[in-house]
Amino acid sequence: MNHKLKSQITQWEPIETLAKKVNAGQLSAVSLIQKSLDLIEKNKEYHSILSVNKKLALEHASQIDAQVKSGKQAGRLAGVPFIAKDNFLAHGSPTTAASHMLEDFVAPYQATAIEKLEAEGAILVAKANLDAFAHGSSTENSAFGPTLNPHDKTKVPGGSSGGSGAAAALELAPFALGTDTGGSIRLPASYCGVVGYKPTYGLVSRYGVVAMASSTDVIGPLTKNVEDAALVLDIMSGRDQFDGTTIERDNTSYTNLKTSLKGAKIGVIKEYFGKGLDDGVGKIIKNKIEALKQAGAEIVEVSLPSVDLALACYYVIVPAEVGSNLSRYDGQRYGLSSAGAKDLYESYELSREHGFEAENKRRILIGTYVLSSGYYDAYYRKAQTVRTKLINEFNSVFKKVDFLLGPTAPTTAFKIGQNVDNPLSMYLADIMTVAANLVGIPAISLPVGTSKNMPVGMQLMAPQHNDRLLLALSKKIEELN
Amino acid sequence: MAKITKAEVEKLAKLCRLKLTTKEVGQMQTELNSILDYVEILQKVDVKGLHPTSQVTGLMNVFRPDEIMDYRVEPRDLLKNAPAAKDNQFKVKRIL
Repeated sequence: MNHKLKSQITQWEPIETLAKKVNAGQLSAVSLIQKSLDLIEKNKEYHSILSVNKKLALEHASQIDAQVKSGKQAGRLAGVPFIAKDNFLAHGSPTTAASHMLEDFVAPYQATAIEKLEAEGAILVAKANLDAFAHGSSTENSAFGPTLNPHDKTKVPGGSSGGSGAAAALELAPFALGTDTGGSIRLPASYCGVVGYKPTYGLVSRYGVVAMASSTDVIGPLTKNVEDAALVLDIMSGRDQFDGTTIERDNTSYTNLKTSLKGAKIGVIKEYFGKGLDDGVGKIIKNKIEALKQAGAEIVEVSLPSVDLALACYYVIVPAEVGSNLSRYDGQRYGLSSAGAKDLYESYELSREHGFEAENKRRILIGTYVLSSGYYDAYYRKAQTVRTKLINEFNSVFKKVDFLLGPTAPTTAFKIGQNVDNPLSMYLADIMTVAANLVGIPAISLPVGTSKNMPVGMQLMAPQHNDRLLLALSKKIEELN
Repeated sequence: MAKITKAEVEKLAKLCRLKLTTKEVGQMQTELNSILDYVEILQKVDVKGLHPTSQVTGLMNVFRPDEIMDYRVEPRDLLKNAPAAKDNQFKVKRIL
């Protein structure tokens, strides 16, 4: 990071080092958890955290320390604290999705991603703020108030994983988890100046994560560096019998980051450098492209003619899936249930009216509209077919280059309140991130500099299943900084 | 394409089981129309010969043995979140 945050008096060592030290008995898991809890307490003003798992986390840490003392190894993430976006279920802990709907919900089971991390010794210390049900690009749609950007408290941290982005930037823990449906990991990473990784669709199980749009939702890490992101992904990924959309992963560890910039074929997406791109952001990305050329990368300009349609396509398909996924919140089995309804029908209506935020309702209504008879073909089916066109264009470009490059977002973080009255201008923040979700490819946002003191993120994408190569290239680019 | 009217917003709200206030209906009408105006650009796109995409994994027919699996969840824990429960089941208002 080029500029200092007030809280950066403490830096975490790389995750691999921390775990090694815990396993060697040189560092106690309890001390790591305590450090994270102290940092969370000290940085409350940013409102990145919704709930703290103090008791359970310390108990878990003591168990790990006892295990190490008895001569057993405690895993590749032994004693490493982490923060999860509050749409991940952690057994026995609250999971609100930053909504009134789930304000009092206590998770009756555990997300596979958290299960896998804990099996390697990681410890969940806190849950991070988000836009309610992950609908938004600024974290202002949280029912419990916005998160502030650690670099400028008058600005948003991005969304919807804004709490995770801010927590990673404030270094409240060595890593944070987010979800990315249309850019919700990469946008906060870009706005907060951290690494945000969106894996290939299907690589990480979504069992136990509040569903938003099932054909694009993915889970990924937000970290201070690429190596940490790769390690976390390596542990979380793979087939899960509880999530039928998970894919097999290759056997090479994602932590094997050997590659060279020399000869790397990188396509610069022409359409991402047009109207609407902030001059300061454009300059930093172009400088980075120059540096890549100097380092021997083969940079070519490529065109994806339909990429400008991606956002429109996204805002038809995603609300349709959102409307369907959120139909389960009916006030009968769990979640907010409005008292005083005269019959079952009114109980549904009142519970949903009071439990959902305005943006949730907007998406449910749009989704229902585009799926309704008479409009289905014109909107939903058409958007799905444009999605095919987009996929075909990416496939043909990936025959010429191995990676794609562009900015993560057209601007740096915007002011709190700037876009709240105009949903469409809020949606435009995602204009460069949604394509990767629709196509299902891996994408990363790397912090590459600042413009007017605010972080700028550079986005890289790769073909499906090329996660390890994308992380390896990203590591090399990080080393250029 | 036709603009959404207030009556249509009310009908949609009913289908979605949302009891919108009069103020919300007006606001949603404006906002939905601006979103629909934006996605209108899709109408002009030539997609001749292309099929719709509904998922991107390439997976087809993911089967598993027809056996009871341990989903790491206990029914009594699930019922703890229920607004009302009786005899180990959810209790809802009468339907008939």
